[in-house]
Amino acid sequence: MDGGKEANGHQPAAQGVSGVQTAGQQGGRSRSATATPDQSDVGTDAPPAPGEETRSAQPTAGQGTGQPDRAAGQQTVQGPAQAGGAPPEQPSGNGRKQATREQPAAKSQDAAATAAPGYGAAQDEGAGGGPSGARAAAPAPTDGDEVDGVRASPMARAIAREHGIDLHTIRGSGPAGRIIRADVEASARGDGATAPTRAAAPPASDQPEPAPRRDAAAPDQEVEEIPLSNIRRVTGRRMVESVQSAPHFFLTSVVDVTELVALRKQVNERLQAAGEETISVNDLIVKACALTLRAMPDVNVAFAEDKLLRKSRIHIGIAVAIDNGLIVPVVRDVDQKSVGQVAREARALIERARAGKLTPPDYTGGTFTVSNLGMFGIEHFTAVINTPEAAILAVGAVAAEPVVRDGNVVVRERMRVTLSVDHRALDGATGARFLQRLRGLLESPMRILL
Amino acid sequence: MPEVTYRQALHDTLRDEMLRDENVFLMGEEIGVFEGSYKITAGLLQEFGAKRVRDAPIAEEGFVGAAIGAAMLGLRPVVEIMTINFILLAMDQIINHAAKIHYMFGGQSRVPMVIRTPGGGGQQLAATHSQNPEVWFAHTPGLKVVAPSTPADARGLLKASIRDDDPVLFLENLALYNTKGEVPEDRPDDVLPIGVADVKREGSDITIISYSRMAAVAMHVAEQLASEDGIKAEVIDLRSLRPLDRATIVDSVRKTNRAVVFEEDWRAYGIGAEVAATIQEHAFDHLDAPVRRIAAAEVPLPYAKNMELAALPTGQHLVDAVHATLDASGGVRGNGRSNGSKGQRSASRG
Repeated sequence: MDGGKEANGHQPAAQGVSGVQTAGQQGGRSRSATATPDQSDVGTDAPPAPGEETRSAQPTAGQGTGQPDRAAGQQTVQGPAQAGGAPPEQPSGNGRKQATREQPAAKSQDAAATAAPGYGAAQDEGAGGGPSGARAAAPAPTDGDEVDGVRASPMARAIAREHGIDLHTIRGSGPAGRIIRADVEASARGDGATAPTRAAAPPASDQPEPAPRRDAAAPDQEVEEIPLSNIRRVTGRRMVESVQSAPHFFLTSVVDVTELVALRKQVNERLQAAGEETISVNDLIVKACALTLRAMPDVNVAFAEDKLLRKSRIHIGIAVAIDNGLIVPVVRDVDQKSVGQVAREARALIERARAGKLTPPDYTGGTFTVSNLGMFGIEHFTAVINTPEAAILAVGAVAAEPVVRDGNVVVRERMRVTLSVDHRALDGATGARFLQRLRGLLESPMRILL
Repeated sequence: MPEVTYRQALHDTLRDEMLRDENVFLMGEEIGVFEGSYKITAGLLQEFGAKRVRDAPIAEEGFVGAAIGAAMLGLRPVVEIMTINFILLAMDQIINHAAKIHYMFGGQSRVPMVIRTPGGGGQQLAATHSQNPEVWFAHTPGLKVVAPSTPADARGLLKASIRDDDPVLFLENLALYNTKGEVPEDRPDDVLPIGVADVKREGSDITIISYSRMAAVAMHVAEQLASEDGIKAEVIDLRSLRPLDRATIVDSVRKTNRAVVFEEDWRAYGIGAEVAATIQEHAFDHLDAPVRRIAAAEVPLPYAKNMELAALPTGQHLVDAVHATLDASGGVRGNGRSNGSKGQRSASRG
């Protein structure tokens, strides 16, 4: 039972507890000694009627109107509203409504008090406590300690976490079966009044005697709960959405990048000599994708249930692995920019992504995505489309391979690229033409730089 | 150490501080010729003269405002408000001026003043003269609020309050004035820091958090619980309501896993609400039972003696709450394992 309720329980005050109660008898003399007319209500026997005396009128001032306390001067206006004995803090109009609404709560309060002593016995501040004011019970809050069907104290939960104990396996000895510290500690020692653990209990229901308890000190499995980071949660949700909504098909092409690699080397030597930032193979691929999309605007689309949205601008996302997930910063208007500029922007975005400093405009609005796992030596993979975009290019590693050319085996630098396509938006032939055109660009790389 | 009353401790401390610093002066209703409604200022007018012990008209807003001005210009006024109930008339001066001047004017002027005032019910002074509205002040940034429960704490905190450069509400209690306790002789170092709670009694089973008169009651209850039931209750006397010494509260609850707040103000939105919130914020995983609050009934305090006593929190309420909390969480703990577990937990905190 909570003390709050008991505070109304009419116990005689503090007998045998304190000499304090009887101390300070001098109290009464103060105001009578002062005895100025406006403060002499000490000796008044009658309980003060709210709103009657200037000082006590303060709580009623401006009730419900947000008026500052100067409104206390309007006693005559407020007076009638008080006459019915409405509690001073309760505007009369509102009070009626509350009383109706809160009737059920009042009825259930005893039950709540039994189940949840911490709450049920709350003294209701809503009562306002006017001398004649009826108690309007505030709705009792629901009990807060039941989570996942287990009622346990926070302390008990903390100890259970520490020892890897499943609270479902413990019988609580607290009020309404609440699991308390002592219960979990007993379970950890293996000698408490605990139910057999689920882990150890055989699934067969005809097992007559309790199964041996799990030794909590040596659990056979340690599971660490890792709360999802926001980015992990979003990534997970979007990937599920993509694979569930977009029927993927995959087209793989082998691209001869011997010239591209050579060109990049040549360009980078000049850039380095000039003290400028170099470009990557991926920058060239991103730029080539943009040029291909410019030539094939039907691929730069998003599927929108009853229509396709064809985007006039070409914004290409670059999938970046970061510590706690995946993020796709977007380089805008790639077709309009030089490879050098694309390289600079991509580099800056990737750095900020890894530093966790991207803002939503940095990673939204893409129309096509490039995902590159070549640096990990992955030859070939398929990527999940970053919906609502219609396609994503998965880029594998560049490797020197033997190739038959004009009847001779020669060594060429090659890589595999795989286009994942949303079949709702595009068909196989469109995707194939896209890849064909892209390959043409990558194999004649000077065109990318033009 | 000599044993003196709370009243005497206040009187002696005021006198000591007036002797120490001539900028300290007193102002209030009937504190001079009449020597104070509760005789705290007895003899001080004679000793220090009318310039330093100033009888004020019954105009709380006026003389509190005057004290604020004096404080801004370098004096250290100690204002007596006859009871905290009359402080309502000076609320604008206290909340909007004393508490804010240092902030609003770029720190140009501090307001080193003290407002001494007793709260409390149980004297049949009826609803308008029996209140405990200290939370209104404890709620207000810019103010400090202290509420000592023993003569020694009253001395140490009154010294600290007078020497503090911010406005301090010094809460006394009508029912504490005649209580006795040991008070150290006047020493330069018997100034207590504001904002530090006192573990008045150590215990391992449950934490009782209280202040002012209820802290004194809680000490009696704790003794009774120990002798009759073998319950080791730890009693924390907050002493300072703002700033609130949250660390002491939290450390104790982390040790005992159970807490009851014992307060004389109204329960809703009261000091106990802040304490309970602090506990769940900082010791959630150490709670083995809900935090209980024992407070006054949510009514204007009745005049009739039996009604008044029924509305006020008593030691018996606290006894019952302690038992109920312990019953809900495994009762009194044996020494062996709970100590081991505690050691482990506090080690993991570090």
